[in-house]
Amino acid sequence: MRWFIKRAISAFLTVYVAVTITFFVVRSMPGNPIQALAMALVQQLYMPYDTALRIAEAATPFVPKGPIWEQYFRYMYNFFRGNLGYSISYSTGVPVTQLLASAIPWTVLVVATSLVISFGLGILIGMLMAYKHGSKFDSVLAVTFSIIRSIPAYVIALIFLIIFAFQLNLFPTGGAYSVPPSFSLRFIADVLWHAALPIITWVFINFGGWALSMRGSTISVLGEDYIAYAQARGLPSRRIIITYVGKNAILPIFTQFMLSLGFMFGGSIFIEYIFSYPGVGYMLYQAIVKRDWFLMLGAFDVIVIAVAIGTFLADMLYGFLDPRVRRGGEVGR
Amino acid sequence: MSREVAPPLTMKEIIKSFLEDWVVIPAKILVRNKKALAGFIITLGYIIMAVVGPHIVPYPKNYTCPIYLPPTLFKWPPSLAHPLGCDYFGADIWSEIVWGAPSILQIAFTAGFITTIVGITVGMVAGFLGGKVDAGLMTATDIVMVIPGLPLLIVLSTVIRSTNPFVIGAILSVTAWAGLARSIRSQVLSLRNREFIEAAKALGLPTRHIVFREIMPNIMSYIAINFIFATTGAIYSSVGLYFLGMLPFSTVNWGIMLNWAYTQGALSSLSTIHYILAPIIAIVGFQTGLILFSYAIDEMFNPRLRTEV
Repeated sequence: MRWFIKRAISAFLTVYVAVTITFFVVRSMPGNPIQALAMALVQQLYMPYDTALRIAEAATPFVPKGPIWEQYFRYMYNFFRGNLGYSISYSTGVPVTQLLASAIPWTVLVVATSLVISFGLGILIGMLMAYKHGSKFDSVLAVTFSIIRSIPAYVIALIFLIIFAFQLNLFPTGGAYSVPPSFSLRFIADVLWHAALPIITWVFINFGGWALSMRGSTISVLGEDYIAYAQARGLPSRRIIITYVGKNAILPIFTQFMLSLGFMFGGSIFIEYIFSYPGVGYMLYQAIVKRDWFLMLGAFDVIVIAVAIGTFLADMLYGFLDPRVRRGGEVGR
Repeated sequence: MSREVAPPLTMKEIIKSFLEDWVVIPAKILVRNKKALAGFIITLGYIIMAVVGPHIVPYPKNYTCPIYLPPTLFKWPPSLAHPLGCDYFGADIWSEIVWGAPSILQIAFTAGFITTIVGITVGMVAGFLGGKVDAGLMTATDIVMVIPGLPLLIVLSTVIRSTNPFVIGAILSVTAWAGLARSIRSQVLSLRNREFIEAAKALGLPTRHIVFREIMPNIMSYIAINFIFATTGAIYSSVGLYFLGMLPFSTVNWGIMLNWAYTQGALSSLSTIHYILAPIIAIVGFQTGLILFSYAIDEMFNPRLRTEV
């Protein structure tokens, strides 16, 4: 319990410092939302710059004013009350939380689904590779996976977009849905159809990495004495594979699983940009382009909190799943 | 680890043992390991392209070849006029690839180098000194790991607007060192209580000796492999940032080519597809070369495996 409180406090502090750092980094970006809008007006409507600047100022009442320290304390005060400020690019003042709430479900849908699929697939292939350790099958797959793992996500996404969307016309080239939202089978099918390509891309990038981790973990478990003992006891091989090898090999990888949930949130910027998918990553991209400070910070906050919670849960689960750690009470890190 | 006091080496012997260590044995390992040999050749090819290429291939100028001309290398009869075809602006794609190589390689190796150095230093200091220093450094590492790397890089690169590849490489390593530091620390922790380190401490050997002579050789192959991973990671993020149009640029590079091809809609038709495939193949090829080469690193730096050669 003491460990739990200590861990929770450190997670909280990590989030606090990370949010503070991002606040000051974001606020030191050159250019501000008023200038960005004014430039857009000049370019699109051929307005004189002074007029454009005045209109832009009038159109963006939510740009914060005053000294930066004051702004920082106000932001942090509001942050802990769950208020992330107003988006600057909408003059009507849309709360950032509202915009994020509309984007998070899409990212969660894609990230969670693809993580579960690639984890399951990777575990199966990894175990198979470990059992055939040293064979041609194993070595060819190991090299292939380590190469695939190094190929950038956006490259895979572009290739899949070309093949499956533009050439084969199997999937849409962008967006999250094309029929009006409703609780109907047709809408759900449409959503899945739009999410398919981002999910396939994530799965393709990740499953090889999981397979390689699982392979390494399984090989080290297979060398343990208790496996030899279980075989000597004449236990059915099915039971050995699942209860003895599988469980023990998955355990160290499971912490990675929780961690990558958070990291994929941060990495979603490329995939959502390429597939024009309206998730957190795409929103963050647009916020950066428009210098929409509060929206940018809000998206950062979401990712920071997701990673922090992922890390925290990973530690908790590890303590819970590993009987040695559970009984010892103290987690040796 | 005990060594008798050897008579001072002559210059000739020093050169000979240097060649033995750094040329002959690595070459033998490469010849035996076909995967790594392929990786080495590919990587070397890219380095030659980046160093020599711009002196041979003319600078890509717009309106110097027919717009979206298909690659002349793959038609019959093949010619080298525009081997990879031309882009939307009427520039030769092959010369764009060649001229784009130096900056990407400079960014990648700079970032790989800085990331590895910082990761080793932080991990070593934290693992070796322990106590408050360890706790402080690990807290800092945790914070860096929680901040989303890629978006932070985008923001940082707009704050520090630089087109200098070495500066961009340094920016990329800001978010990349934390994972390496953590794993170096745990390696040091597991080594710290081993017999040979205890023995070295008991002998009163200086910390410098223990770190560089006793611990370093044991984690050298791990460090070298992580240098390669840091380099491929830097290619991933730098090309990605150029692709999103988030980094200022002075000359063409593969990421900018991806950006132009994507925004010009070169993906939608087979007649324009060579424009986006060229940078894609350049990136994937380089990453593949580095990863294949990493297969020889364990053999090269691990003293136990080395003696088998």
